[in-house]
Amino acid sequence: MDATLSGRQAGTGLIAARKPTGRVSDPVFVGILWTSGIVVLLLLGLIIAMLFEGGLPAIQEFGLSFIWSTTWNPVTEVFGAGVMVFGTVFSAVIAVIIALPLSFGIAFFLTEIAPGPLRRPIGVAIQLLAAIPSIIYGMWGFFVIVPLMAAYVQPPLIEWLGPLPLIGALFQGPPLGAGMLTAGLIMAIMILPFITAMFVEVLESVPPMIKESAYGVGATTYEVYRNVSVPYGRTAMVGAVMLGLGRALGETMAVTFVIGNATRMSASLFAPGATIASTIANEFPEASTGSLKLQSLLELGFILFVISFIVLALSRLLVRSRLKG
Amino acid sequence: MKFTHLLGAAALSFGAVFSGAAFAADINGAGASFPAPVYQAWAAAYKEKTGTGLNYQSIGSGGGQNQIVNRTVDFGASDAPMKDDKLESANLLQFPTVIGSVVAIVNLGEDHALTLNGDIIAQIYQGKITKWNDPKIVALNKDAKLPDLAIVPVYRSDSSGTSFVFTSYLSSASSDWKSAVGAATSVQWPAGAGAKGNEGVAGTVKNTKGAIGYVEFIYAAANKLATTDLVNKAGKVVKPETKTFMEAAAAADWKGAKNFAASMIDTAGEGAWPITSATYILLPKNPSSAAQSAEAIKFFDWAYSAEGDAIAEKLHYIPLPDSVADEVRKAWATEVKADGKAVWTN
Repeated sequence: MDATLSGRQAGTGLIAARKPTGRVSDPVFVGILWTSGIVVLLLLGLIIAMLFEGGLPAIQEFGLSFIWSTTWNPVTEVFGAGVMVFGTVFSAVIAVIIALPLSFGIAFFLTEIAPGPLRRPIGVAIQLLAAIPSIIYGMWGFFVIVPLMAAYVQPPLIEWLGPLPLIGALFQGPPLGAGMLTAGLIMAIMILPFITAMFVEVLESVPPMIKESAYGVGATTYEVYRNVSVPYGRTAMVGAVMLGLGRALGETMAVTFVIGNATRMSASLFAPGATIASTIANEFPEASTGSLKLQSLLELGFILFVISFIVLALSRLLVRSRLKG
Repeated sequence: MKFTHLLGAAALSFGAVFSGAAFAADINGAGASFPAPVYQAWAAAYKEKTGTGLNYQSIGSGGGQNQIVNRTVDFGASDAPMKDDKLESANLLQFPTVIGSVVAIVNLGEDHALTLNGDIIAQIYQGKITKWNDPKIVALNKDAKLPDLAIVPVYRSDSSGTSFVFTSYLSSASSDWKSAVGAATSVQWPAGAGAKGNEGVAGTVKNTKGAIGYVEFIYAAANKLATTDLVNKAGKVVKPETKTFMEAAAAADWKGAKNFAASMIDTAGEGAWPITSATYILLPKNPSSAAQSAEAIKFFDWAYSAEGDAIAEKLHYIPLPDSVADEVRKAWATEVKADGKAVWTN
């Protein structure tokens, strides 16, 4: 019944489309489409140009070493992006490391194991995670997660792992609660929905015939997952992870609440740090026009743009290569 | 009755949009967030009294300076006084409105009446004093049993006038701090963790055992936070309260200060709280609209009255000493001119 109805509708649609609707309206329509497309490009180009031009004086003042210099001193007006670039990448990588196994688990559970009635509620719950505003994550992190980390997670880790050689450096310092690890943890929850959604899509695109054959020759659920599903969608999955990384790099409000905001370099997971986005959020309101500080902040924005662009371009490349093949 | 209120509200919001073009009576200002509560309370009371509205945007001192230099508002507001040469080049008159103080808050797990001094706080924030039972702290608190607990210094991560006042105090109290870190709305903190806003600092201190932080007194008073006493320049132990703040205001050298930028930081007064500072208004000396400028001056003239003082005190701000207010009135009458004519006379 449904099929015949939609079939008939499609038929009338086709007939309507064949009718010539005028020589003017079509070019106008195409023109509008062109404008929409060009506007996006223009907007992006102008933003990049503005950031670059605004930040240029900072590069001229400090040279290219601005990018890796670890001094950020508003008193003497000596600025460098090193601490923020490191903090941005470090916290985003922590987020991905935490989110990745969780996403794998959820995605495979949803596509293979979960009974029908359970799939929708879990799927919707994950999508809702993406709908929670960033500031809410920040407040939740600040009032709930930070005290928990300071009281129960960090002290034992510092005691047990801190004295170890090599990896001990990751677990040293006072248990502040706020810091790189907490920021990464909050961001992991924030990027989870995006990575999971892509994983589900990839896993669902694995042809059932291949999976059934694997089960047919006696493979276990784990073996099918490990040797059939994952290899089939590997490139797209890497792309999905990069997409999550891209989101984590630019996260601002939630991170500002929980990262501890210190412009000091430290290898420890528990040490307070700063990301490019959090520094801009903190310092922008008091930066006066034409000041070296404002120019340095704009330059920071430009650097973040470049990092995000590289990550996103890489992810597009990987996702597309798989979905085509 | 309700309808007229609505109309008033509509006029106010329109005034905000059209920057006083259509509704010349509304005054527009922008800047520091520290005095925003009292400016808004004054505005509400003034509107009821005179019908003249004031729209104040709390966007931070830097933003306030930018906007008044570009003349997009009738007045700017800044916590830190603007530099003399900048005031001159932008042709601005600077005057103080109210006085506020910064206090240190601590979390030692249990209630301790704690006394600190500037040098100790500077060393704590430099990561040089790291335990609460450090001999230097014990020497000032012989009666208290201080725990063997790590000190976690907490500072404002967003650049703010509060940080400027606090670091100015540390620079005054410790030459080591002055040369290594300095004073500004945000500095390169040698130790500790940063949190956003007064509420962020207070929340982090509350969550972290052994933490020390600093907030504006108005915030500590409204939230009943545990504050410390300080040893001032005269060597006396002072409590953070209205009396000690007023002594600091009285001890400041208002006569000798250029552009009213009298420092109240670490003054020599016997009972003066050492971390006290005024917050400032920036007004064009050559206003494009004499009427707008006169309205703004009338507003601040009223704010200096007993009525305005009462509102400020209720919000835990310290009103300006009357002698200083009179000096400011003189400056208004002589320095703010449109087409060579004073826009306001006392």
